[in-house]
Formats: sequence, structure tokens, C-alpha cells
Amino acid sequence: MSMRKNNISDKVKIKHKAGNTVSISLVYLFLSLWALVVLFPFYWMLLSSVKSYSAYTAEFTPKFFTLSPTLQNYREAFTTVPLGRYFINTVIFTVLTTAIMLAVIIFAAYAFSRLEFKGKNFVFIAFLSLMMIPNELVVITNFVTITNLDLRNTFTGLILPSVVSVFYIYLLKENFSQIPDVLYYASKVDGTSDIKYLLKVVVPISRPTLVTVAILKIIECWNSYVWPRLITDDQNYYLVSNGIQEIRENGFGRENIPAMMAAVVVISLPLIIIFLVFRRRIMEGVSRGGIKG
Amino acid sequence: MKRHNITGWIYLLPAILFLGAFMVYPLIDVFIYSFEEGYNFTSQTFGGIGFYNYSYILRDPYFLQAIKNTFILVIITVPVSTGLALLISLGLSSIKKLKKFYQTVYFLPYVTNTLAVGLVFMILFKKTAYSDGLINMLIGMFGAEPIDFIDGPYWAKMLVLCIYTVWVVMPFKILVLTSALASVDENYYKAAKVDGTSKLRIFTKITVPMISPIIFYLVVTGFIGAFKAYSDVVALFGTDLNAAEMNTIVGYIYDMLYGNSGGYPSYASAAAIILFIIVLTITVINLMISKKHIYY
Amino acid sequence: MKVVLKNLTKKFPGAGRNKNDSVIAVNNFNFEIPDGKLVGLLGPSGCGKSTALNMICGLLKPTEGKIFFGDEDVTNTEPEDRGVGMVFQNYALYPHLNVRQNILFPLQNFKGKDKLSKEEMLKRTDEAARLVQIESLMDRKPSELSGGQQQRVAIARALVKRPKVLLLDEPLSNLDARLRLQTREKIRNIQTATGITTIFVTHDQEEAMSICDVIVVMNHGIIQQIGKPQEVYDNPLNLFVAKFLGTPPVNVFKGKIRNGSLYIGEANVLGGISMPDRDVYIGIRPEGFLADKDGPLECSLERIQIMGRDVTVVASHKEAVDTVRAVMASDNDLLGEKSDKYIRFSIKPKKVYLFDRKSEERLKF
Repeated sequence: MSMRKNNISDKVKIKHKAGNTVSISLVYLFLSLWALVVLFPFYWMLLSSVKSYSAYTAEFTPKFFTLSPTLQNYREAFTTVPLGRYFINTVIFTVLTTAIMLAVIIFAAYAFSRLEFKGKNFVFIAFLSLMMIPNELVVITNFVTITNLDLRNTFTGLILPSVVSVFYIYLLKENFSQIPDVLYYASKVDGTSDIKYLLKVVVPISRPTLVTVAILKIIECWNSYVWPRLITDDQNYYLVSNGIQEIRENGFGRENIPAMMAAVVVISLPLIIIFLVFRRRIMEGVSRGGIKG
Repeated sequence: MKRHNITGWIYLLPAILFLGAFMVYPLIDVFIYSFEEGYNFTSQTFGGIGFYNYSYILRDPYFLQAIKNTFILVIITVPVSTGLALLISLGLSSIKKLKKFYQTVYFLPYVTNTLAVGLVFMILFKKTAYSDGLINMLIGMFGAEPIDFIDGPYWAKMLVLCIYTVWVVMPFKILVLTSALASVDENYYKAAKVDGTSKLRIFTKITVPMISPIIFYLVVTGFIGAFKAYSDVVALFGTDLNAAEMNTIVGYIYDMLYGNSGGYPSYASAAAIILFIIVLTITVINLMISKKHIYY
Repeated sequence: MKVVLKNLTKKFPGAGRNKNDSVIAVNNFNFEIPDGKLVGLLGPSGCGKSTALNMICGLLKPTEGKIFFGDEDVTNTEPEDRGVGMVFQNYALYPHLNVRQNILFPLQNFKGKDKLSKEEMLKRTDEAARLVQIESLMDRKPSELSGGQQQRVAIARALVKRPKVLLLDEPLSNLDARLRLQTREKIRNIQTATGITTIFVTHDQEEAMSICDVIVVMNHGIIQQIGKPQEVYDNPLNLFVAKFLGTPPVNVFKGKIRNGSLYIGEANVLGGISMPDRDVYIGIRPEGFLADKDGPLECSLERIQIMGRDVTVVASHKEAVDTVRAVMASDNDLLGEKSDKYIRFSIKPKKVYLFDRKSEERLKF
């Protein structure tokens, strides 16, 4: 009886194995196909950016490679339009916004996780409920506020509305709360003030989370488009997203695609590098936070 | 104890100030704006209070076009992207070699600038005087006539928009679904195998129910995200979306606020509140459905 | 530095349904810890000993009463200004700092005129490390240390700022038995060497008895007895103290006094008691039994445990509150005294205590 059963399961196993090879190959084919869909636009932007203008316009049927790559388009991207200025603006905007935000949310998260004060729970719930408010709803008044304060075309105006993120406060608070209470007591006995405990113990211990939050914020800043578009109409304050739109509509003339692609490569590169370096952190942070920028 | 009380508030103060100025106050203000009739941006005066702003935009053909576009976009991209992401995640969870590589590649669009890559899509799909573009070349191999996807017929433009939107939202969905699939307890699959369950049955009776909360979460966030579509549309069709017949609700809000057709914060506010109501309704409906169909 | 506690009381508000009933964790403490002594706060878990320690340290504010360090009232002083060193049960080492940085940490918080130069800080860090013998571990992170090593780092960190008072909260409870023995000797040696007034919280009476100059036995937030370990052991003031000190614990019998004699059941176990007739609890230390075939107290024999030098006789008696355990030096004279089922004992009067049945207070006889 048991012999027969074994025989049958062996047969099933063999059948499965043959079927497995086929189905696994199909899976790989499918996955590679999607990888191609994802990567192809990147390849195409890189390829177009090194084709010379004349070669590009001469191709009625686009070619998948070029035998005479040129960097001329990159030179043009930086000289014909102020791409360098857009780039520097974006770096300033990104660095300042991220730095100020980190300071604000670290203190707020610490207050929620460690300090005791009247009304704490109420404020915390109020903060959480703000997470449901879509940005589109508040952007109108913010636009009016910043305009009335005469802060259009300034970095202050660009930065101010995006230096607090309730979600990141929440994320950090959860992280801070995991630090055992006894460390706080120990540092109290060691003669530490609250602020010193926060800066010398809490922040170093929570460094991984802080780095993740910072990177996610950097990505968000680098790609922000709507608010900068509303608040700047002076090219000297354009960020890369607005710059690319400007380039597209007025820059090289609508037809100089290779130069446009060179600009696109330049502004995409920093984030791709950050992504490749911090790949694990970013993906972990995004899947944990479940946020879509 | 008393000292602590003050410290807590001091630590919270910057966050409260910023949130108050740029979230709470605007939230109240946007409702007020939406009821102020005949608001003049330069003098910041208004004629009266009422529903005129709402009735105006609801009769505005541009707004109706924007609503239609947004709904089409939502209805197509959310199911397509979620289904495709589920398939890809299942594929990923069934392989070992190259898994990390695929995951990395698939996540790439998440960190790229929507505007920048949108330009590439535009070029791929665009038909110009000197070239039909790559996509037209590809469909030409199947004998089809070239179409201008960027300045051509409405359905073609909508198709490109949907394709690009799906491309943009996939990384997040694949990531979330892959980690959801990885967190399903191995033992369920082992138990099912011992019981001789077929692969399809395992998928529909075990995998899907186990990750149903995550799928539901993706659908809800997908709906909300798609309703707020804007910058990917700008990337493909430029800033003058009304002329291209491709405006979205969010695009309409910004156009009313700023730019060539701008200067009407009251109309923009009314549109923003309508958007908020739509999103809220859909979330609530989703929640009600999910109570019936989520297994745990 | 002597430490004086005056009417020290801590009430915690009740939670949930019992919101209005507060819990009294520490009830009206009064005692003085002499300068340079090692004092053990001893009691079962939940007796309020950690609460008391936290108040001395300043992490908790007393509901009533005062705390003095020397002549200075520190009741409302923040912990960072009290100049205390504390070793926590889980050591509470900063995980992101290495051993040297952990020990340095308190020194870097000195302000104003107390501020130390860099060299002075390092010198004192090395001194503290040498005292607890962790010089070779200075560059490691806490996660790379064993429990015993972490413990020594914690002690070094508490000592490095030369505290007026050193507080130890169950410092040995996370160590294995062998390490615990070594470490408690070590703590005693360090305390003797530095002469810092030290308060030591533990639930393990043996630990406290072995190294403390003075022990404070607590129960339900109330001090039961204060004294030198041996005095308290020999002379417990009530049944709780008698039961809490000593392993195996004191054997408790229900007994009575009739005509100047002490009875357990019908057996007259001790004579010459100058007390009127009454019912009592009788506590007899395990070493208070002598195996004696003519002895008055007959117990059912359960088993004999021979552990090296000592022999423990495990027996039962219907008037005994719990199992009877008698400890004797050697088994030679024992073998002749017992049958298979019964064993008879005579009692050493010095090892017998009498307690009131109601108040459980000690009765002198």
C-alpha cells in the first residue's frame, strides 16, 4: 500500500519538474519584458542625448544605437538654457528643505514620544488627522499667502510650506518610542538635559530611520513641480522640473530633441545615483511607509 | 513636572506653527474662498456669499472635460496597474536568481523625475514632420497607419497618458505587493500542497485572500493618486492642457489659480473641494465594500 | 555622604476603573544611611524598593517627605544635579557609543567650574575602567560584550563622576549564578575601596546578606526592619522578616503556649516559656533542628537531600504551614535516628521565634 503511494508521488514529482522548467522560463521571459519596458525610456533618453542634432533629425526611422556619439548636446544644455542655475537652485531648495524639516520633525517626534504635557494626545490625534488632507486643498491659500507676503520668486517662499510632514513625524515618533525608557533615566542620572539626550542619544540611535526619511524627502524635493511652478516665474528661481518644462516649451526650439534629452539625463542622474547607493534603505522606507510621492 | 509641560510645547512649537500656517488655516480658508462670489484677486474683495462658484465651474466645459478625463484615467489605470503589479510580484516571488536585480530595475521609475521621463515618453510616441517616432514605427510593422499620439485624436492621447501613468505607479505597487507576498506564511502553501491543491486554486483561495488587505490598500491609494493626476499629464502634453483637451481636475484647479487663465482662487477652491468630496466618497465606498470582502 | 529619608511616601494614582484608589508604593519611610556604608534594600517584587531607589535618585518625585544628602535637602533637585551614580537592571548602556564613550558620557555633561579638561576626563575614564577591569574592552560596542562585561561598564560609568551616592538597581539579576557570586564580591570590594555610600536594591536575600553593611527589609511599601544582616537574621521583628531571610526558609508551625510550655500539636517541644497561655506561630530555622530519637517533635519523613557538607531533611507535619526542611551538618548521627517513615527532632531554643497569630509580630520569651 505504502509502496504504491510512493510510486504515484514520484511520478507526480517528475511531471511537475518538466512543467516547472517551462513555467519558470515563461516567468523569466515575462519579468524581462517588464524590465525592458522600464529600462527602455532610460536607454532612449541616453541614446538620444548623444546623437548629434543633424543625425537625429535625419532618422525618419529611429535607430536603436549610434556609431558617432557626441557630448555636444550636453554642452548646449548647459549653455543655451540656464540648466546649471536650475540645478543649483534645486540643490539649495532640496538641502534646505530637508534640513529644516529634519530639525522640525525631530523635535516634534521627541515631544510626542518622550515628553509629558497636557493635551499631548489631543495634539497628536489632530496631527494624524491632517494626514488625510490632500495637498491640492491647501495649495490655493498657500499660494495667496506667499503672494501676499511678497515671497514669490524667493527660496523662503519655495521652502516654507514643505518643511513639515506629519507622516514623517509619525514615523519618527514610532521609532523614538522603541528606545528603552531606561536609557533616558540613565542619561538623566548622568546629568543630561532633555535636549542633550535628544541630540546625543536619541538621534544617533535613530540614525537609520533619519537617513531613510531624509532620502525620501530629497527625492520628493528634487521632483517637486506644482508648488515651484506656482510660486516662481523668474527663471533665476526655477527648479529642474520647471526648467525642463520651460526647456520643452521655449528652450531649444521644440525640435532640438537631443539637447532636451541631455538636460533630462542631467537632472535624472543625481536621484538615480542616490537610489543605487541607498537602494535597500529607500525601498524599505517606501514599503514601510506606504507613501506615494 | 511643570517644567516638562512647557518643554513639550516648546519642542512642538515649530511643527505647530508651520502646520497651522500652511495646513490648518488654508483648510478653513479654502472653504471660505469657495463661497465668496466675484472675488477679485488684485483688490482681494468679493461681491457676496453663495454657491455661484460651484455652479459656474459645474457649467464650465473645461471642468466637465477635466472630470471626464480624470475618471477615464482612474477607471483604466487603477485596475490595470494593480493587476499587472500582482502578476509581476507573483513572478518575482517564484524565482530566486536575479530577483534583486529585477526588483531594483522595477523600482527605478519611483526615483525619477516625472516631468523628465514624461518628455521621453512624449518623444517615443510623438509623430513629427521628420519622423513618425519609435512607437509608430513598431505599430507600423503590424501594418497599422501612424497616429500622432500627442497631438492627434483624443483616444490616442488618453492611451499614452494611461500607459505613462501605469509606468509611473508600478514601482510602488510592485514593491508593496512583493513584500506582502513574502510575508505570507510558508506553511499555508505546504499545507495546500499536502492536500494536493492546484496552483490556480492556491492562488485564488490562499494567496489572494491572505494579501487582500494590501490589494485593497493599493486600490484605495491608487484611486486617490490617479484622481490627483497632473504632473505626468503636463509632461506629455505641456502646460496648456485645456487646449489639448487633456486637462485633469487638479490641472483645472491650478489653471484657475495661476497662469494665462488664472487669477480665480474662488473657482479653484470650489474645484478643489469638489475633488476632495469625490476622493472622500470613493474612499468611503471602498471602505464599505472592503468590510464585506476582506477576509480578515 | 550620609543619606536621610524623612517620612518619604510615594502614591501612584490608580488606573482604569480604580482611578480614585491610589496605590501606596512607599509608605512613610524614615531612615538614615550612614556615610560610606553599603545598604541593601530588600524585599519581594512589588514591595516598593525600586520606587524608593528612584526617589533617592530623583527620577521620581516623592508625594510626601524629604530626602537629604548630608545636610542638603535634595527633594526637589533634578537627578542630573544630585551627583548620584546609578547602575540599572539592564545596564542601560548607550548602544551607539563604545565602552570608552559610554564611560566618558557623564563627564562630558559637567558644566561651569566642574568642567574637566580632555586629559582629565580620559584619565578618570581609564581609572574607572581599571577599577572594574575592563581596560581591554574600551573600543567595543555594548552589543559585543557579555552580560557580565556590560555590567562592569555600567558600574564604571556610574563611578566615573565620583558620585556622592551610588545606586544599584538589581545589578546582578541578569547574570548567571557563578558570575553573580563573583560580581557581588567585586561590588563589595569596589565599594570598600571607594568608600562611596551605596544603596543596593535586590529581591535576593542571600545577595543582600552576603555583602551589605545594613539591610532594609521591605514589604508592601513599609519598612519591616533595618539592621546588620546577621542581627536581622537572628532577631527578626516579625514573621515576614523571619520568612524572607534565610535559605531554606524558616519553618512555620501553628503552635500554642500552655502552662509555660510550647506545644506543636500535642508535642511539648520547649519548656520554660514565661508567657500566659495563647495561640502562636512558631518559626524554627532549618538549622534549629537536631535529629534525636527521643526528641519531642515527630515528622513524617519525605526524603533526605545530601548536598556536600550539608544534609537537608525534607519532612512534613500536620501543624506545619509548609514543608518542613531541616539542615544538619553531617549525616552520620542522622542515620541511626530515623525509621523509614518518621523522624524525631529536638529543637535548639535559640533558633525558635514566636509570633502573634494576628499581627504576626514577634513575641519575646
